[in-house]
Amino acid sequence: MKHIFRILRFDPQKDKHPFFQDFLYETEEKKSVLEALMEIRNEQDCTLAFRYSCREAICGSCAMVINGNFDLACRTILQSLKSSLVIIEPMPNLEIQKDLVVDMEPFFDAYQKIEPYLAPEAEKPEGGFRIEDREMDKIYQYINCIMCGCCYSACPVASRDERYMGPAALAKLYRFVKDPRDKRPFTSWSRINTESGAWGCDTVFKCNEVCPKDVRPADGIEALRRKLVLEKIRRIFQWKR
Amino acid sequence: MISQDILVVGGGLAGLAAALSSNPNLKVAVISKVHPLRSHSVAAQGGINAALGNSPDGKDDSWERHAFDTIKGSDYLADQDSAELMCQKAIPSIYELEYLGVPFSRFPGGVIAQRPFGGAGFPRTCYAADRTGLVILHTLFEQSVRKKVQCFNEWMVTRLVVNEGRCLGVVVYDLASGEVMPVKARAVIFCTGGYGRVYLKTTNAYINHGSGIGIAYRAGIPLKDMEFVQFHPTSLYDNNILITEGARGEGGYLVNNKGKRFMEDYAPSAMELAPRDIVARAIQTEINKGNGFENLYVYLDLRHLGEAKIKKRLPGIREICINFAGLDPINTPIPIQPAQHYSMGGIDVNAQCAAVVEGFFAAGECACISVHGANRLGGNSLLETVVFGKIAGESASNFVNGSQGRDGDEGVLLEEAVAVKKRIEEWRRKGSGEKVHRLLNRLKLIMSQKVGIFRNEKDLAEALESIRALREDYKQVYISGQCLRYSQELVNVIEFDSMLDLAEVIALGALNREETRGSHYRNDFTKRDDKGWLKHSLVALVDGKPQVNYREVNISKYKPELRKY
Repeated sequence: MKHIFRILRFDPQKDKHPFFQDFLYETEEKKSVLEALMEIRNEQDCTLAFRYSCREAICGSCAMVINGNFDLACRTILQSLKSSLVIIEPMPNLEIQKDLVVDMEPFFDAYQKIEPYLAPEAEKPEGGFRIEDREMDKIYQYINCIMCGCCYSACPVASRDERYMGPAALAKLYRFVKDPRDKRPFTSWSRINTESGAWGCDTVFKCNEVCPKDVRPADGIEALRRKLVLEKIRRIFQWKR
Repeated sequence: MISQDILVVGGGLAGLAAALSSNPNLKVAVISKVHPLRSHSVAAQGGINAALGNSPDGKDDSWERHAFDTIKGSDYLADQDSAELMCQKAIPSIYELEYLGVPFSRFPGGVIAQRPFGGAGFPRTCYAADRTGLVILHTLFEQSVRKKVQCFNEWMVTRLVVNEGRCLGVVVYDLASGEVMPVKARAVIFCTGGYGRVYLKTTNAYINHGSGIGIAYRAGIPLKDMEFVQFHPTSLYDNNILITEGARGEGGYLVNNKGKRFMEDYAPSAMELAPRDIVARAIQTEINKGNGFENLYVYLDLRHLGEAKIKKRLPGIREICINFAGLDPINTPIPIQPAQHYSMGGIDVNAQCAAVVEGFFAAGECACISVHGANRLGGNSLLETVVFGKIAGESASNFVNGSQGRDGDEGVLLEEAVAVKKRIEEWRRKGSGEKVHRLLNRLKLIMSQKVGIFRNEKDLAEALESIRALREDYKQVYISGQCLRYSQELVNVIEFDSMLDLAEVIALGALNREETRGSHYRNDFTKRDDKGWLKHSLVALVDGKPQVNYREVNISKYKPELRKY
């Protein structure tokens, strides 16, 4: 089958504006969009730039917008698009470095801000922690995050307010707050009790919709909000945990 | 010139473990050709071994039993002192990982869960469902954020600079700027991973070109036991995405087109949980005998495990099957075939991860200590990365802090960087010639057809000849794209040089080794020959040609015996 790949090209050092370039791609075999892009690059234009690594939807390198949908190029099967025209764009709201390669720095900056690491009690438990599996199950949803950036790029709040931490970082924070081993004090993580943190989300759930790993980051943001409110009430009435 | 005390090359598990264990008072940086979270470690699925004895069936497990299984699995080629060291350190390493944040799955009672794995006497493999690599890599990366480890991402090392037996640093290609520059370091640790993409069918990521191993070889460091290439029994037909050994650990069956669990003919007591070399050969034999489907694959059947267990323990496998094969393993068996998976061989280093070149260290898949010998057991590679990554960081720190860690000569580094720039300029000026992806496809075909699971003298000799012919054609290679920023073409042209070296060393080692041991199976020498071949192969580049040497295997407690499962 013949496909037209309409790919957004932009080299900020050379081009004034991004532009679309068409490539003809023909295949009879089942191919992923990533495989098609690699063949187009090899055979037609070796300067075409995009990121990739694992090709099995676990490394988070190849997020892009394919026919209007956020997804990983490696897990998008060309034939499943049911369209001979394939429009490929870089993730929006992140600066283009070249073609489909975008600057992920704002995304990882937000991640770093939430202190994305376990804060266990100072003393290491002899022979490991004792935690029931059902406790671990509660964080598994968030552990599936591969940091591809789809949610951040698709988030309407992050796109208009660069101070907003975005879905992935907040969901990551919830993953730690909810972890039975984590002992970070409320005063430390409640720094996200702001408009650039948990209250920034305007609950349109775009992040849940675009996440290729079904992490549903907005669930984490909602849960953080509930926890913030509950903790405030506790403090007001000085309830003991 | 950028200057570091310790430069770690590679941001996967071994690299991050090395950076985290380096002395915090030293200036340490990680260079990676991708963001660390994109490293291939992230794709590890089934788990990490340690004799915790948490399973009701594993109460009698001990690190000694783990060491024995590892050594027997290695077909007695592993160095026994190193294997023992790894298995002993396994237990505290798991608790350390857990304390750092790894969310291991649990047994009732709250202890870390352990599943059976191939070649292991007890359920010994700790896991987080089937995403163990993902969670450990993310955890170590989180720790690198906490400890503010400096990372230079999307920098690819093109050369290791050695002068008078001392490592001075590296030359890098910065993808974002397109620039080539030297980086000075008092110690360099390579954690650059495997070379799966030298083969046509591999479970490895697209980025696994193995150039780190090739770069060390070009710098004069010998490669050890490179003929031992692991083929994983179960990769998804036909894109060869890994289907974890954990699927069999949880009870999955391998079935041929007669509906038979054929492993009973090959490993009657271990069945599907024999070591990988044995299972991979069994599957390939069934396919070759006409007992496969479409003569290409057999089935891995998980249906009898039931929906709940598959969803709980193997959610990633289910997701892969649905995404990439359009089937749900709850209702349908998975078509699988063997594919290249891992390199037992690698850069020759000792148990302190040090190589012959002063100030140069290596850990993880790119290194060969050797703990895996002729065949690695599943669950031992993640273990190796965290144990020896840590040791490499400590060794490099001691080296730098000792008197040996003096500053190197910047002039040599600059010269080497100029040489790399000149070479790139030549490729760019050419305007016509060979395109690298075509050469790469030819190389992959040669390796898969002639240096695969079953080997013989004729094929191996032909492979060597074809690889040397490819080396001639590589001289005609050119770069068609003029922009060098984010140029994957340039990455491939540079790395292909290493891939040719690796292919040659693998084929040469395989041709020389006239026996069958572990993953190295010779149709013309089907028996293990301890008298002639219980020794490590070492291949070093001398005057531009590979020179082969051998070294004794360290054997202490465990005398080589017949390997039956």
